Amino acid sequence: MLLARTLEEKLVSLYRGGLITGGVYIGKGQEAVSVACGLFLQEGDIFAPLIRDQAGRSAFGEPLIDVTRTYLGSRLGPMRGRDGNIHRGHPRNNELAMISHLGAMVSVTVGALMAKRFRGEKNFVGLACIGEGGMQTGAFHEGMNIAAVEQVPLVIVATNNHYAYSTPNDREFACHDLVDRAIGYGFEGYTVDGTDLAACLDVIGSAVKRARAGRPPQLVVASVLRLSGHGEHDDASYVPEEVKREPFARDCLKVAEQTILDLELLDAETLAEWRKEAAAQVDEAVAAAQKEPAPEGDKEDWCAYSMRDLANSVE
Amino acid sequence: MSITYLEAIREAQAKLLRDDERVFIYGQDVGGTFGGAFKATKGLAKEFPARVLNTPISEDAIVGTAIGAAMQGMRPIVEMQFADFSSIALNQILNNAGTHYWRTNVPVPITVRLPSGGTKGSGPFHSQSMESIYAHYPGLIVMTPATVEDAYTMLIEAVAIDDPVIYCEHKYLYYHLKADKLPEKGLPTGRARIAREGRDLTIVSYSAMMQESLGAAEELAQEGFEIEVVDLRTVKPLDTDTVLASVARTGRLLCVGESFPWGGATAEVIARVTNQGFHLLDAAPQRLNAKDTPIPYHPNLWSAHRPNAKKIAAKARALLRE
Repeated sequence: MLLARTLEEKLVSLYRGGLITGGVYIGKGQEAVSVACGLFLQEGDIFAPLIRDQAGRSAFGEPLIDVTRTYLGSRLGPMRGRDGNIHRGHPRNNELAMISHLGAMVSVTVGALMAKRFRGEKNFVGLACIGEGGMQTGAFHEGMNIAAVEQVPLVIVATNNHYAYSTPNDREFACHDLVDRAIGYGFEGYTVDGTDLAACLDVIGSAVKRARAGRPPQLVVASVLRLSGHGEHDDASYVPEEVKREPFARDCLKVAEQTILDLELLDAETLAEWRKEAAAQVDEAVAAAQKEPAPEGDKEDWCAYSMRDLANSVE
Repeated sequence: MSITYLEAIREAQAKLLRDDERVFIYGQDVGGTFGGAFKATKGLAKEFPARVLNTPISEDAIVGTAIGAAMQGMRPIVEMQFADFSSIALNQILNNAGTHYWRTNVPVPITVRLPSGGTKGSGPFHSQSMESIYAHYPGLIVMTPATVEDAYTMLIEAVAIDDPVIYCEHKYLYYHLKADKLPEKGLPTGRARIAREGRDLTIVSYSAMMQESLGAAEELAQEGFEIEVVDLRTVKPLDTDTVLASVARTGRLLCVGESFPWGGATAEVIARVTNQGFHLLDAAPQRLNAKDTPIPYHPNLWSAHRPNAKKIAAKARALLRE
């Protein structure tokens, strides 16, 4: 959580300084949910993170340098300048590379899990992240349904951050509670206060455990407020002040830090050291990526096919 | 023994399932005792119940699932019930499968079978030819077999290819086209074939329109014209060299496709020949496609909407006079 927050704050300042082209999309306020998504996954599990899942990606094992290389456009990054910001992944390491079209990665995760079942693997799960915005797409509906039909060990963690870009919940859906949809698909559904790290660890951890044990697919709906704009180009001025005073608007990182201090799990000094250590790691990853070469148009391999003989240039 | 185009597709899938346990077939109604709306998978679920799977009516999720499985090492074959319905899966095909290798260096070896093209009485939503849309996007191979032999070997080849393949099988050819036996091996992917030799005019076509073009060539032969017919086999990759070599022999080019006229495979062929072989042309290259309206239901309207041997011959005749 702390590392993700520190990293993303750095990315924001690089963006404001004009050092990042494109957009910066952060998960501020969603780190407790996201980190819980990454923490309970093991080697061989499939993770389909989305736009606000830096914490989950880091917990799953994504190196910081992947992030800075992608944002800063290094040729050496996993996307090699061909794709940017949160559109990154390591499919070979089971961290799927999201596309922008929401809901699309749910069925892809289902397919990855089916492949493992075809091969006779055991004890694996997949976890796909989504927001309440993405839950309203046709692709998400089809993905949920096919996951249940195939009875794959899937956990879907849906974070309701109350805004799809600028559109509030009341123009996104009209059901009483998003978790009620679980039963309609044949999922088991749970809700969690996404500002409470301990609750997220408990509820998401238990869902992962149940999926791994062969229970039906699991849906967890977490409630938070997005504590940033949609991207850093967006000042989120459309969020009314009273919404920012709602219980779901608490900053999960501050809550977690206070809880840690209250329970005397750490002292303030150690926490300060952790922050320093996170900042050092982030600075190192940024500095390294900044030194690396950018891709160049005239040296790029403009071939979209892995089977090069089939490549067919129009030029 | 005689084998239809449809049986060749079924036989290819049976062989693929037998030879490679990474292969599975995924689509609406493909499994059970039913075997698909056109019976292209009839009997396969009996032999491979775990690998010939019915799906919900969820084209997006069907292709998404295939993509995920392919990333993990499987070789899925998706059957779209009709090519027309693949519009629901466009996002997964174009934006997910088509971009994945370029973005991540991990290829997505899926094969999507599209029962394509018109038959009498099928109307606007069960008759479409989608090859031009898929060919427009990067990262996809688009196959358009026109013969029983190609239907068989190209489907086997499609599954072997590491990149996503859109395999356009023509519904009109399913029962109309027969061969004596299936070949062991076909031409390499991306190589066009001279289906009929001639020296007066080149017709470039693919899929069912290649058969119609052969009909037109036969009709024109009665009038003393020697028409060369090039079967593209795949519209992407597009074998420009074979087309240019043919135009060099004949000096006249007519491109025929069943898809809508705006842009598309026929326009691409003409653009390339004009660019690279302008000096070879004795007359302006021509093209013939379906009309720029939705595909009609009534047989009278349907016959008027799409190209056929007669219309191709008429167009060729006019071009021969130029």
